[in-house]
Amino acid sequence: MKRFIGFIKKEFYHIFRDRRSLFILFGMPIAQILLFGFAITNEINNVDIAILDHSKDATTKEIINKISASKYFSIKQIVTREADIASVFQKGHVKAVLNFEKDFSKNLIKEHKASVQIITDATDPNTANTISNYINAILLQYQKELNKDITITYQIVSETRMVYNPELKSVYMFVPGVMTIILMLVSAMMTSISITREKELGTMEILLVSPLKPFQVIVGKVFSYIFLSIINAVVIVMLSIFIFKMPVQGSLFLLALESILFIISALALGILISTISATQQTAMMISLMGLMLPVILLSGFIFPISSMPLPLQMISNIIPAKWFIIIIKGIMLKGVGLQFVWKETLILLGMTVLFIALSVKKYKIRLE
Amino acid sequence: MNHNKVIQVEGLTKMFGDFTAVNAITFDIEKGEIFGFLGANGAGKTTAMKMLIGISNPTSGKANVAGFNVFTNAEDIKKNIGYMSQKFALYDDLTVKENITFFGGIYGLSIKRIKEKSEILIQELGLEKVANTLVGSLPLGWKQKLSFSVSLIHDPKIVFLDEPTGGVDPITRRQFWEMIYKAANQGTTVFVTTHYMDEAEYCDRVSIMVNGKIEALDTPKKLKEKFKAANMNDVFLKLARG
Amino acid sequence: MKIILYIIQKEFKQIFRNKGMLPIIFVLPLLQLVILSNAATFEVKNIKFGYIDNDHTSTSRTLVEKFNASTYFDVLTDFPSEGLASSSMLNGEVDVVLEIPQYFERDLQKEKYNSLGITINAIDGAAAGVENVYVTQIVQNFNQNLKVDLLQVSDKQIQPITIETIPLFWYNETLNYKTFMVPGILVLLVTMITLFLSGMNIVREKEIGTLEQINVTPIKKSQFIIGKLFPFWVIGIGLLTIGLIIAKLIFDVPMVGSLVLMYFYTSIYILVILGIGLFISNFTDTQQQAMFIAWFFTVIFILMSGLFTPIESMPEWAQILTEFNPIKYFVEVMRMVMLKGSSFIDVLPQIIKTFLFAFIMNGLAVWSYKKTT
Repeated sequence: MKRFIGFIKKEFYHIFRDRRSLFILFGMPIAQILLFGFAITNEINNVDIAILDHSKDATTKEIINKISASKYFSIKQIVTREADIASVFQKGHVKAVLNFEKDFSKNLIKEHKASVQIITDATDPNTANTISNYINAILLQYQKELNKDITITYQIVSETRMVYNPELKSVYMFVPGVMTIILMLVSAMMTSISITREKELGTMEILLVSPLKPFQVIVGKVFSYIFLSIINAVVIVMLSIFIFKMPVQGSLFLLALESILFIISALALGILISTISATQQTAMMISLMGLMLPVILLSGFIFPISSMPLPLQMISNIIPAKWFIIIIKGIMLKGVGLQFVWKETLILLGMTVLFIALSVKKYKIRLE
Repeated sequence: MNHNKVIQVEGLTKMFGDFTAVNAITFDIEKGEIFGFLGANGAGKTTAMKMLIGISNPTSGKANVAGFNVFTNAEDIKKNIGYMSQKFALYDDLTVKENITFFGGIYGLSIKRIKEKSEILIQELGLEKVANTLVGSLPLGWKQKLSFSVSLIHDPKIVFLDEPTGGVDPITRRQFWEMIYKAANQGTTVFVTTHYMDEAEYCDRVSIMVNGKIEALDTPKKLKEKFKAANMNDVFLKLARG
Repeated sequence: MKIILYIIQKEFKQIFRNKGMLPIIFVLPLLQLVILSNAATFEVKNIKFGYIDNDHTSTSRTLVEKFNASTYFDVLTDFPSEGLASSSMLNGEVDVVLEIPQYFERDLQKEKYNSLGITINAIDGAAAGVENVYVTQIVQNFNQNLKVDLLQVSDKQIQPITIETIPLFWYNETLNYKTFMVPGILVLLVTMITLFLSGMNIVREKEIGTLEQINVTPIKKSQFIIGKLFPFWVIGIGLLTIGLIIAKLIFDVPMVGSLVLMYFYTSIYILVILGIGLFISNFTDTQQQAMFIAWFFTVIFILMSGLFTPIESMPEWAQILTEFNPIKYFVEVMRMVMLKGSSFIDVLPQIIKTFLFAFIMNGLAVWSYKKTT
């Protein structure tokens, strides 16, 4: 036991002497949470649009005023010919052009109907769609004002209640994802690199011929990373509570337990990677290219899994991060207890056991 | 300036913070000499050598190598010297031939010259059979000999060898010293550090460094007389123990 | 010049001899391009929808039928009570719940007005917004039909005014998300591979000890750096080429603009990334450190590049920061040229800025590479 503690101490020395890596280890989660909280959002804000007004009458002027008064749009440019629209888009700043037909007011009075084109730069389809919807909503509102004297017969309105995140803050969505990514990185990548490094430098052999059991060597190596990951998890949760006022509806204790489970499963994955790679370079590339992008893209962190094609939805099931994200969203935002996330917990547990079993098997083969 | 003196060092000093690694060393080396640079581990041999080959800036003092000042003309020095580090420093993932071609290339040799040189080298070293094998799979002794030959590829005036025979067997060491003699006979000055005291006996002159200072410098014969020792090993022990 | 060729030759040999790395350099990124472009979509589809029908009349059933007919909603469950619906939402089995009140049909006919309760799981705020729009559209559409169905002839009144809006989606009429993401992910892969390889390169020679051997040769710093950069530059261009072919053949992404312009820009851009990589390499002692630092900056640069979320949505200060992000310019140029056919003049500002970055970063790389310590 005393030997074992000495070994753990050595691992801590390794980590704490490398100031640059340590800085990133702790700077990373903070920078990411702050970026996601303050800078990165899907909301539409201050989009530059251009106007092509063939009527130039009182009504179109009023509509243009309404649009420029909204916080979503700012009118950047006036276009005079249809032919110029393409070159406006090609410059890249203007995202939509409003094209009013000739005699807009006149048509509205005479025929009770006038039309306007909302031309959007749909290279970014998501933004284009949202812009189109927002402009549409402003026009609908204006139309309602024009019609206010006319009673509309039947009307059903929907009263929408946004639950778990009433202000639709994107940080609520991103905090669980960032936490997952950081824990995955620190645990899986750092462990795999640190073990392959000892293999490359030949110090692994020295450790293995020492009276420490192989099991103790591995546990000793990952222990320090468990410690670092827990600190990171705590920092992330604190930041989200105190800076972004994100609620933790459920039990903090359960959150802590689930996080530790996830950390262990990521560590096990890291050990598994280290058993299959001979050099640090390979271990790094597998962790970075093989783990990071799938974890970011297939876990439901940024993109909703339910919108993906079926084969990808199935692949997403084998990604531990997906289950962990469901669990933390449940605990932090929905305030659920274990009775609601036991299935996900069990899956995560199963994966952890599988990773450990596989690496033990691999290691044995190597040692014999 | 004496044209026969290819290395002239006067009061050369290197400090790392408060620690003086090399403390005002002074010596001259003549053309064609085999100069043994001895000292215990940590005595400052490698640091001194790195200043002479222009990859470490001296703190103070004067030094001329191959007629160039180490402070102002380090890059000119590099054209005129060869270097073999104590760590094997050829590319493991290139073949014998490729390593020779590469280093010949970056020393600016013509393609024709590289071809001639590599044929001669491979033949002299008896590496014909493994010329197209990755260097990483060769035994250490072969690698060291190859490394030495590569450091001579551009016919330098001086070659610096940092513990060239560390970890190789006695037969290979013997062959290695034959190569050193051959180079010296052709007029190349050899500056060599070593731990093996029997090797010190092969040198024309020997300096012994203790704690950053040169404590003795002369031919092995005179040193033995001066310290009343039977062999260089005893000289070294007497000096190193103070 | 000749000296540079020797270094280039050596680097290529080393890259192609490393059998473990080759698939990681070429196969993995392209595999990811194919798979992940399918995953990266903000489209909201297959919404898990449940309802509580407290009315059980033909009107309420018609309304539910409307949701059933929509392609956006997967109508899952008819919940008998609100309690069951909310526990199902806690479970994650359902994201949108519609509650139809009792006497819905009767009250509607009597008062010509009624309201429905919609509950949306808003953890993903953006998706919740879109879901709300879809629900509203369906309800409005239902309103319109009601008018036709229930309106008596005698009720006919003054015709209301309508402003007809015609949405036109240029460059991507079907709002295909892949068209948008494929160029973006391609940018990401070219950047990551070239940055990681160049970032590890010099520090690796430092670790093995061969760098010292190079430093005692009379080679010039710029010769060494150029010789080191060139092979990775070629790999970057190679990746771009294969990626473009995949984009065309598998995803059928339109390529409106000039390929020459794309290659011209990319060749400058890769220089920026390689400069950054070498700069990192010069400042670190181990490959592990170098990778870690490279990774840290890539993640931040990617998030701030407009690749996944629009830059216009960021606050002012963040938008200013993105001006210093080379990945942003690459993403912009690729999308502008490829999808909209922007010309050289249109992307000239990006080209100039990228060129400036290339100049500064490579200057720093040469400066920070010290042959003498």
